[in-house]
Amino acid sequence: MSDSSAAENKPGETPRREPPTKPSTATPSGIEVPPIVTADMVRTPDQGMPGELPFTRGIFPDGYRGRLWTIRQYSGFGTAEESNERYRFLLEKGQTGLSVALDLPTQCGYDPVDPIAKSEVGKVGVSLSNLAEAEILFDEIDVSGISTSFTINGTASIIYAMYCAVADKQGVPREKLTGTIQNDILKEYVARGTWIFPVRPSLRLIADTILFSNEQTPRFNPISIAGAHVRDAGCTAVEEMGYTLANGLAYIDELIRRGGDVEKFARRLSFFFYVHMDFFEEVCKFRAGRRLWAKLLTERYGVKDPKALMFRFGVVCGGSSLVGAQPDNNVVRVGIENMAAVMGGAQSIFTAAFDEAYQIPTEHSAEIAVRTQQIVAHESGIARTVDPLGGSYYVEWLTDQMEDEITKVIDEIEAYGGVTKAVEDGWLQLKIAQRASERKRKVDSGETVIVGQNYFRREDQNEGVAELFKLDPQASARVIEKFERLRDTRDDAEVARTLAALEKAAATDTENLMPYLIDCCHAYATVGEMVSTLKSQWGEFEEPVRL
Amino acid sequence: MSLNGKRILIAKPGLDGHDVGAKIIALALRDAGADVIYTGLRRSPDYIARVAVDEDVDAVGLSILSGSHKELVEETMRCLKELDAGDIHLFVGGTIPSEDHDELVQAGARGIFTAEMSLNDVVAAVEADLVT
Repeated sequence: MSDSSAAENKPGETPRREPPTKPSTATPSGIEVPPIVTADMVRTPDQGMPGELPFTRGIFPDGYRGRLWTIRQYSGFGTAEESNERYRFLLEKGQTGLSVALDLPTQCGYDPVDPIAKSEVGKVGVSLSNLAEAEILFDEIDVSGISTSFTINGTASIIYAMYCAVADKQGVPREKLTGTIQNDILKEYVARGTWIFPVRPSLRLIADTILFSNEQTPRFNPISIAGAHVRDAGCTAVEEMGYTLANGLAYIDELIRRGGDVEKFARRLSFFFYVHMDFFEEVCKFRAGRRLWAKLLTERYGVKDPKALMFRFGVVCGGSSLVGAQPDNNVVRVGIENMAAVMGGAQSIFTAAFDEAYQIPTEHSAEIAVRTQQIVAHESGIARTVDPLGGSYYVEWLTDQMEDEITKVIDEIEAYGGVTKAVEDGWLQLKIAQRASERKRKVDSGETVIVGQNYFRREDQNEGVAELFKLDPQASARVIEKFERLRDTRDDAEVARTLAALEKAAATDTENLMPYLIDCCHAYATVGEMVSTLKSQWGEFEEPVRL
Repeated sequence: MSLNGKRILIAKPGLDGHDVGAKIIALALRDAGADVIYTGLRRSPDYIARVAVDEDVDAVGLSILSGSHKELVEETMRCLKELDAGDIHLFVGGTIPSEDHDELVQAGARGIFTAEMSLNDVVAAVEADLVT
């Protein structure tokens, strides 16, 4: 459709733009930056020591000197059998962490035979509709010896229950389990869309998983509070951090309501963000977020234990900051973002492949993504000393500015009536849509420069050709066949008994549902059955459609 | 030229929850004068066709990022025809590989829009199609 330039002349439009010759003066979040920052402009020059409150300079006294960040890459497609084979290959090669992607029916709580699910079975991840599939997925893999990360939200409690049931079946004590479930429903309502139940019972379910995990799987991360998806949907770095901290506070309030001890559960809360291209804004986003989280927990909840005040986070470098136009340039973008993540003190880093904006990465591009991290870690020298940018007038000034702006975002949500109300009313969703619209307009108009896309194009350039998820129709048929066989062979009375017990417990507002969900899993009740049972008590989220 | 008086339904078929593109387009079409209705997530082609008829729209825009565009476009077109509404114009937006464009056009899509296109270009294409 578009020819040599997105900025081509059109009737009634501004003439074709010249490439800019000067940098912009404001950050993408709209913070106007002076040409020079001096010592007197810094509000909080004394940042204390890394590993000490308020953790501006990092949560560990020795930074990466003690231990480098975790290099975590994402994989897992197709059926449980195929994924199992892939996992065993990776484990043999020395990888210790698995990352499980699940298909949309599993994420949204539908069994593979559901009419709405049929065309999406096994498409963007593995179909995990019942314990039998989980047993295949972890066949001959000792779950006490690996850390497993599940990208799962709406049905996180069920998948976590299934993982506990796998441990039971393998004879592994639950306290040995390590890994993470994303389990952050609030951002699903706003940006990612795999919500199932209304907001309040969803929060209760999350509190159930965290409280249960504190007791039974103390080395497991029962939540990863994510800003990444709202960021990718369109909001700024400031809003990404602001919304995420606000969501974190909402989970804390629910956990306290349920009788949780904040000193204890706060130690297991972790966070997840995108790193986009504005280097210093990203670095300062993390420094400010870390400081603000410790302050909020101290001031609002009187938390004393430094371990409970530590802001631990993982990041993805890439996402919507990668572009299809002249895609090789994305290697540079990911490299810069990777450095920002390290300067910001991330605990784990995922680097996207340069072609990920438009296709499933090739072996070639996936290898470059990992090598980027190794080059940053071992050649660049930036991991050598803790918080190497600390004390820079500009970095400390911008950290102050970011903290102020992030605080304003949290205050605005609270003035509206809190996150729950903001989501139920669709207020937050609308704000993000408007912000996304603004971002798109700025790119279209040329105010935001994207090299190779709206400036610095050349004739016949590579625009990236999309080759997306191709469903293997036989894989889907195999999943459905296995599912039907399971329903014929399991003990129906036991399924009915465990589902009835779950239903009864869900009718109360305080009983922890995790033991009931684990019982259901052991009886080979399906994800769809468990979700339907809970829907019968709680109903479904009614999406507020506002434009 | 504007879209004054035109009614457009923006819809998300399937389970994919990425709706930012759909909302950006909805806002842009509204700014251009159209009456825009958005279905929300996880709608079946049958539901979308029925809303299109009930709301008496001139066009339906499907937003699809899951890779299931061929099935969903064909199915939506079939449902519209079943309701004698084959004259409603169908557009598709999302992550659509260029190699699939011809097939979608044959299935009845009158415009295919991807993320790189400017909002002005998308609105202009819809105008050119609906306003004659």
